[in-house]
Amino acid sequence: MSDLLEMKNLRIGATVYPPGEKPHDIEIVKGVSFSLEKGQVLGLIGESGAGKSTIGLASMGFGRGGVEITGGEVWINGRDILKGGMRGLRALRGAEVTYVAQSAAAAFNPARKLMEQVTEAALQHGRCTKSEAEARAVRLFDKLGLPDPETFGNRFPHQVSGGQLQRAMTAMALCPQPDLVVFDEPTTALDVTTQIDVLAAIKDAIRDTGVAALYITHDLAVVAQVSDHIMVLRHGEKVEYGTAEQIINAPQEDYTRALVTVRQIDHPEKAPAEPVLTAKNITARYSGTRYDVLKDVSIDLAPGHTLAVVGESGSGKSTLARVITGLLPPSEGQIDFAGRTLSPALAGRSREDLRELQMIYQMADVAMNPRQTVGTIIGRPLEFYFGMKGRKLRDRVAELLDKIEMADGFIDRYPAELSGGQKQRVCIARALAADPKLIICDEVTSALDPLVADGILKLLLDLQKKENVAYLFITHDLATVRAIADSIAVMYQGKVVRYGPKSEVLAPPFDDYTDLLLSSVPEMKLGWLEEVLAHRKMESAGH
Amino acid sequence: MRIPIAALIGLILTAFYFLMAIFAPLLAPYGMAEVVGGVWEPSSDAHLLGTDNIGRDLLSRMIYGGRTTIFIATAATILSFTTGSVLGFIAAVLGGWADQVLSRFVDLLMSIPTLIFALVVLSVMPVTVPVLILVMGLLDSTRVYRLARAVAVDIEVMDFVEAARLRGEGYRWIIFREILPNALSPLVAEMGLRFIFMVLFVSTLSFLGLGVQPPQADWGGIVKENADGIVYGIGAALYPAVAIATLAISVNLVADWVLNRTTSLKGGRG
Repeated sequence: MSDLLEMKNLRIGATVYPPGEKPHDIEIVKGVSFSLEKGQVLGLIGESGAGKSTIGLASMGFGRGGVEITGGEVWINGRDILKGGMRGLRALRGAEVTYVAQSAAAAFNPARKLMEQVTEAALQHGRCTKSEAEARAVRLFDKLGLPDPETFGNRFPHQVSGGQLQRAMTAMALCPQPDLVVFDEPTTALDVTTQIDVLAAIKDAIRDTGVAALYITHDLAVVAQVSDHIMVLRHGEKVEYGTAEQIINAPQEDYTRALVTVRQIDHPEKAPAEPVLTAKNITARYSGTRYDVLKDVSIDLAPGHTLAVVGESGSGKSTLARVITGLLPPSEGQIDFAGRTLSPALAGRSREDLRELQMIYQMADVAMNPRQTVGTIIGRPLEFYFGMKGRKLRDRVAELLDKIEMADGFIDRYPAELSGGQKQRVCIARALAADPKLIICDEVTSALDPLVADGILKLLLDLQKKENVAYLFITHDLATVRAIADSIAVMYQGKVVRYGPKSEVLAPPFDDYTDLLLSSVPEMKLGWLEEVLAHRKMESAGH
Repeated sequence: MRIPIAALIGLILTAFYFLMAIFAPLLAPYGMAEVVGGVWEPSSDAHLLGTDNIGRDLLSRMIYGGRTTIFIATAATILSFTTGSVLGFIAAVLGGWADQVLSRFVDLLMSIPTLIFALVVLSVMPVTVPVLILVMGLLDSTRVYRLARAVAVDIEVMDFVEAARLRGEGYRWIIFREILPNALSPLVAEMGLRFIFMVLFVSTLSFLGLGVQPPQADWGGIVKENADGIVYGIGAALYPAVAIATLAISVNLVADWVLNRTTSLKGGRG
């Protein structure tokens, strides 16, 4: 048999405990079959709940808490690992098959040096001696582009950056010289500018060592860069399987087509107008620190327009939102809103100021009180700002639910009974209920699946047209920016490095940072990664 | 909903003790302080548990004593929970100076052993039931305060509380509508445990003579009155001890079950 990994009709089940119902069994993976040859990379892609991580872990014979492999076969190197018992699995894991987790920061033991952890599996399985393993780790560090490969292993996990840690984890997976590596969303938690380096490092390492890999992600553009084949999953079933080229260029199924064309919303830029919000020369720092998180930031935003604030984590974009909402009074600067100057601190603002400036959060889960019904969550601003009661209140809530394209049957549900997209919609309705002039959207789509996020963006644009509300849209995702913004502020280390209408900001000539940011956004085409890297090499050679 | 067997036993026994306390005058065969026989008579048809050190019916004393003990413990628990959790929530929501002042004051109270503190206070105050409840409830509220504050601090940083602040909500809404419903399950579970401590506390005080005053019966007092009998092989003092132990265990079983149920539930916060 030439196949390294073969899954035959794999079935995985779990018991769920929905609130208010009897516990029952559900099937997470419903009979998935595929095979993977030596040295090949298979991308598993799908939205959350599609079963992609579950399949990835099943290739090591592992089911996460409460999950059980109920049927099918998993063949690795010509043996069915599900029949080998615990002893067989122990010999397999960390030796023949290794795993790279999504959050390297959470997967490393902070108390031990990187070298010990990278070589641990190889030593545990007696695959080589300590010096051999360390020499191999150093070679891998070098190959993965980590700084000072000779001494890198002497550091502790907290002494290296997130991107470096993710690469160290890849080194850990490759060190025992496995036949198969399972990558579970290895770049999802990283900034785009870091993601591209890690992606390139992973791709090189896979090619040089000749291992086979399962690459799990929800981002089709990413998986297209590293995979030979792609399998699209949905609700635990295979939707489509094909070569990367076929999936990207000629998708057969509607669902795959939707994934490929995601975020291609056409949003023409609006003509400039008198601003509703002006923030002038904002400088801010958190109390007890001596470091300015925002340095002399000035922006303005017209009614019914969208200003996208873009930047990687730590650039100060969320802090800007906190300053505008009054949660963090700035040390310098002034905010004008709807023709009046806002008090820097929340306590000094009038009820009218608060009503007209609403906020939507990244994690809809924690932005809603789990013990309140949808009706209370949306109804409270109506009651609080407009004094609505009884019949009138309920009618208005139903009307708002209609605006966010949800039936009024949701009115008595609790947040736990909603899907991720529905939760975010309820948060939008809560903001709309106050009849605001400006809504601050803090990474509102980044925790959602691409198709769901698409729906939310379309809804936001639609509502903007009807209600003439302005959005301050904070995001790290440039595809979202293209879809929704009228003007853009690019932030880097607390400063606005580029600011203006969308057409100008996204057109050359670029400053260095904007160029890096723009070129790092994965594009839905094959060979994009190589193009960008070649381009960058050329540029640095030219300098 | 299936109730595990341990919790079921706990529920039945707890219900038994509480019903007994409520309907004491109907259930007790004799009056509480009525002398009906000789000293330390063995159990007979007339006196199921025998008589006590001055010839009162022990069963009647136990039933009335349970009523006093459970009533004082319940009232003190309610007092300690209302004061403790409201102050704890206020400290968590206000933060800053208010939190510092409250927390340091509570630390100060907690640095003195509760029993000794209670003995000192009760030795200068008239020992009546309301005073007893007040002293026990306020001293115990320091423990509840710490728990409530810790739970509320966690909830206070959640986005939905921030959203309420941004909406301009007052402290009352934030404390009672946003924080309290989410803090309720750990507090309810703790309540069961604190109730038991209250039972033990009032029994200890009575045993030391600074709790419920005779001729009023309570379990700790019955142990004290009949303690001498043990020397002569008379087990009258053991009945209240058994009652205290079984009540403690059964309320604990229920509290454990509540805690388990509410923390493992998907969707609700623990």
